[in-house]
Amino acid sequence: MPAERIITAAEAVRETLAQALRDRPEVFLLGEGVADPTGIFGTTKGLVDEFGSDRVIEMPVAENGLTGIAIGSALLGRRPVMTHQRVDFALLSLEQLFNAAAKSSYVTNGRHRVPLTVRMVIGRGWGQGPQHSQSLEALFAHIPGLKVVMPSTPYEFKGLLHAAIDDDNPVIFIEHRWLHYVSGPVPPERYAIALSGPRLVEQGGKATIVANSYMILEAIRAAAALAKVDCPIDVIDLRVLRPFDPTLILESVRRTGKLVVCDTGWRLFGIGSEIIATVAERAFDALKKPVVRIGLPDHPTPSSLALAETYYPGSSAIVDAVGKLCDLPVAAVDAARAEVIAARRGIPIDKPDPAFKGPF
Amino acid sequence: MVTGLKASQSTALDPSPATGLFRDMLRIRMIEEEIAKRYREEKMRCPVHLSIGQEAVPVGVSAVLRRSDQVVSTHRCHAHYLAKGGDLRAMLCELMGRAGGCCGGRGGSMHLFDPAVGMLLSLPIVAASIPIGVGAALALKQAKRDDVAVVYLGDASVEEGVFHESANFAAVHRLPVVFVCENNLYSVYTSLEERQPPRPIADLGPAHGIQAVTVDGNDAVAVQRAASDAVRRARAGLGPTFLEAATYRWREHCGPNFDNTLGYRTEAEFETWKRRDPIEALARYLSERGLLSESQRSDLAAEIAAELDAAFAYAEAAPYPTPDTAERHLYAG
Repeated sequence: MPAERIITAAEAVRETLAQALRDRPEVFLLGEGVADPTGIFGTTKGLVDEFGSDRVIEMPVAENGLTGIAIGSALLGRRPVMTHQRVDFALLSLEQLFNAAAKSSYVTNGRHRVPLTVRMVIGRGWGQGPQHSQSLEALFAHIPGLKVVMPSTPYEFKGLLHAAIDDDNPVIFIEHRWLHYVSGPVPPERYAIALSGPRLVEQGGKATIVANSYMILEAIRAAAALAKVDCPIDVIDLRVLRPFDPTLILESVRRTGKLVVCDTGWRLFGIGSEIIATVAERAFDALKKPVVRIGLPDHPTPSSLALAETYYPGSSAIVDAVGKLCDLPVAAVDAARAEVIAARRGIPIDKPDPAFKGPF
Repeated sequence: MVTGLKASQSTALDPSPATGLFRDMLRIRMIEEEIAKRYREEKMRCPVHLSIGQEAVPVGVSAVLRRSDQVVSTHRCHAHYLAKGGDLRAMLCELMGRAGGCCGGRGGSMHLFDPAVGMLLSLPIVAASIPIGVGAALALKQAKRDDVAVVYLGDASVEEGVFHESANFAAVHRLPVVFVCENNLYSVYTSLEERQPPRPIADLGPAHGIQAVTVDGNDAVAVQRAASDAVRRARAGLGPTFLEAATYRWREHCGPNFDNTLGYRTEAEFETWKRRDPIEALARYLSERGLLSESQRSDLAAEIAAELDAAFAYAEAAPYPTPDTAERHLYAG
């Protein structure tokens, strides 16, 4: 067996886009910065040189208009892949996404197809503040007709992005900026991961943690520390928010009876709330303890490190939640918490954790 | 699928380009009048934005289009749809919420489309279909087709940012698109001068590096001529054109009635525009040239009325979609 190839998620995205451009003449990219020298955090770097400016289109600063233009082209069979360097800018395009793209198949009784992928980068850190570091996946997941994907590992980035581009529907592909640095094994050949259902990352059985995107890394770290104090847990990567398929989550909760949900975004009205509502509807009898929601507090993201310190819950919050749900001894919780804090090695909250570089 | 009566199928008139325009305009007028007449029966249970008074623009434009050219429209889409050859029965079924509607009863009157004739879509949010049409033009260019896209918009659409975003991109990429602005002077009850500065709307074309043309939107022959130039330029790869057509909506913004009594416009203004009825203007033009006699006109009206009666009867007898189908087609494929 040859050694597995290890690349970063950013490299996996770039490879996926290059393969899609090569394989399908109807695929084209557009975005602010998609053809510039830095290429959207490296994810499109140099593609314009190989495929030309007709297929890697540096777009004017006009998010709603260009989204509509992408939709119009998709209606005639093109496969646009649009990228927003920050999700906050994509807010300007909601009219086209929510009204036109999301309803296109439905309103035409299935006669229109909008094979559109919109990459939106979310992130945090370095004082980006209230309008450069939001996680708005719940907004998109609320709209029937959109598909919403949040990859975690580089392997998932590639497989899910290929599936998104191949899909005949509008897919919102939400990439956490800090995950771009993460490395892991990625096969060089083309492969797709179906846009359906979550992924069981860890099977432990004492409690169920459902997270997505960056919070998966925090959950994996928490799970490792908890396992050492004899509290192995299930970690589920939701990864495809829409179409929503809670089957794996319900199965896990029926085994564990305890549920913690972790949002990358705000705690209130978030993805976790939907998961909890679904569990309450369909597996209420299995719950042994009240559920726990972990997510961002109910205010915008402050820029100052002094204020951001307490803004982002991490693996220690997950450890504490599981410790309480599972009635762990205080010493065990303290030990697990100390371990996850030590793993972060004092890195400030506004910088990516180098220990999260993988490979995962 | 049964398509509506086409100009070429009529036997009442001699074949000539101008008589074709007349037939198509009269047909749209009669369809819209019939919708207005029957609206109170409450079989058409959705808003209707009638095109009466504005027929010359879509008919003049469509006269120079191919079936494979792509058209996008707005909430006021009936005339655009019919002029492009959209299926009348599918339209009436849609207005009546029947399964045989162009959208299967899911869209209503503001979402008319007919892919078989290049009627790509209609959207009810002001200006929302403009970028879609420009995107269609981009796709046509990418696919190396020499078809064009036509974007119908109203005067209020240029107040939306997305118009400027779309025009800018169309100009930068020299896309094969014709923007057809039907300036009917009002956005619902609000007049143009309350919403925009005193400058011609057409001036927005050159501001974006786009050639602009102003035309009498109640003169179908003039519209056809202007559209012909614009479409020829687009097909030749010379880029977009902005066509401003002055016209007037006779009835209320939404619904079957007249609403001049509300006071947002004067009866005198309405009467002035009514005297400039695009259909009567073309009728005079044709009869002066011996191309339209009274008997030919009444034969044509009878022919259209028969088509219309049959289409209404068809739609009224058509089945409704069943509730169990409401969840279908959330996703394509």
